[in-house]
Amino acid sequence: MIEIHNIHKSFNGVKVLDGISGVFETGKTNLLLGASGTGKSVLLKCIVGLVKPDIGSVTFDGTYFTNNKLGIKQEIRRKIGMLFQSSALFDSMTVEKNIEFPLKMLGDMEKDERIDRVNTVLKRVGLEGANKKMPSELSGGMKKRVGIARAIAPHCTYLFCDEPNSGLDPLTALKIDELIKEITEEYGITTIIVTHDMNSVIEIGDKIFFLYKGKKLWEGTRDAILDTDVKELNEFIFSNRLMRDAKKIEDEEEETESNR
Amino acid sequence: MLQHFGKYLLFMSSLLFRGESPRILFNRTMDEAILIGINSIFIVAIVSTFIGAVTSVQISYNLDNAFIPRSTIGFMVREMTLLELAPTITSIVLAGKVGSSIAGGLGTMQITEQVDALEVMGINSTSYLVLPKVIAAILVFPMLVILAMFLSIGGGFIAGVLSGEITQQEYISGIRSDFIPYNILFALIKSVVFAFLVSSISSFKGYYTSGGALEVGKASTGAVTNSVIAILIADFVLANLLL
Ligand SMILES: Nc1ncnc2c1ncn2[C@@H]1O[C@H](COP(=O)(O)OP(=O)(O)OP(=O)(O)O)[C@@H](O)[C@H]1O
Ligand SMILES: [Mg+2]
Repeated sequence: MIEIHNIHKSFNGVKVLDGISGVFETGKTNLLLGASGTGKSVLLKCIVGLVKPDIGSVTFDGTYFTNNKLGIKQEIRRKIGMLFQSSALFDSMTVEKNIEFPLKMLGDMEKDERIDRVNTVLKRVGLEGANKKMPSELSGGMKKRVGIARAIAPHCTYLFCDEPNSGLDPLTALKIDELIKEITEEYGITTIIVTHDMNSVIEIGDKIFFLYKGKKLWEGTRDAILDTDVKELNEFIFSNRLMRDAKKIEDEEEETESNR
Repeated sequence: MLQHFGKYLLFMSSLLFRGESPRILFNRTMDEAILIGINSIFIVAIVSTFIGAVTSVQISYNLDNAFIPRSTIGFMVREMTLLELAPTITSIVLAGKVGSSIAGGLGTMQITEQVDALEVMGINSTSYLVLPKVIAAILVFPMLVILAMFLSIGGGFIAGVLSGEITQQEYISGIRSDFIPYNILFALIKSVVFAFLVSSISSFKGYYTSGGALEVGKASTGAVTNSVIAILIADFVLANLLL
């Protein structure tokens, strides 16, 4: 369980995060939803400590993180798997070396065990055989998937994904979403996913936090999200025609049911 | 300026805490050393050979007094090479070659979030990325300087003999006269200090890059300029302290 409390962050006097609190539960896929530029990535970086919040605190399973000693922070970080929005693959290493890297640095696996693990996760993201490619030879979507593979290769306790399926075709996006949900439930991971994809919300959103201009306007489950009366969230969701149609059908069903 | 220096000192002290295991440090250092060596051996060889050659030609041009033995050419090429040309010029060349590549590499890693990725894994990015570079430079610079010494004196020999200004025997007796072994030690001390300055200043510049490709370019140029200035100041200080 990750708890954040009253996180504020400004860059050069411009407020990006304005007092965000929340609880991200273990074994659940928690979604940070919001329009481009609302501070989702910054919030994620505040949680893992890459950006220092101006005010506010983060605790990982009861252990205070923000401003704690570097040693304690590093201990917690060794349990974190993270996918960056830009993938952040090490461009001097092959795909295989990239994924093997956290296993080599943090674990005590033997070489062939590590390569086995690399091949397993590569298969799960649909990139088997790409071991010897360099990051510069990959497409954007492939980089993303290698980034996910690297994040999940060590069995992490906390998983953070910044837009795991942006730049992927709908089918691959769905597969990646399902993969993240699967391992979250299988290993009891606390997962936070940044997204603006409504498909992900419907497919895997156990808990959704809607950010708007640096504030959390709404939180709830995917079942509740279609019935919200928060104006900004409604605009966000129903900018999509399919979502409007879905809502219409749902409302009609409700009507016929109450008429009966 | 003072603020930058303070930040630089903090940066250097962060290299020493919470590093990785000695085995990883060793492997990383070897990788970096090979990179530095291979990337710069060619330019160092060219520059030092020509500088030796030019020095020998110019000395012989200025040395038209019949009372001064021709072997003085060899002697002077050796002295200038050991004391100044090999350690300082080589390090300035390396500041351009190694410094810009260190700063460019680290800057790129910073702006593409690769440094963040290391940090999130719980790895101390400075000790993992920077410390091996500094140690590698300290190991490799002196080797390149020794190479430069041989090539520069050799270059002087070839130029002097080919141009007919001096015979082989005269040159060799020149480079063997009044030899002070301490000068070699002095040159090596200088090269170690320069290695530290170039690698640490360039790493500092690269590591604190933020923004985009434009800033990476600026970091590279800044690394070279600052390294060269630091080398020249250190050269002056060391000459006063150690000679
Ligand atoms: N290092 C920084 N320095 C200055 N401003 C920053 C920095 N990082 C982020 N910002 C600003 O913070 C705001 C939020 O950025 P953030 O990357 O969190 O958006 P986001 O919600 O992730 O958007 P997207 O969906 O497009 O990724 C932006 O206006 C951005 O300009
Ligand atoms: Mg973002």
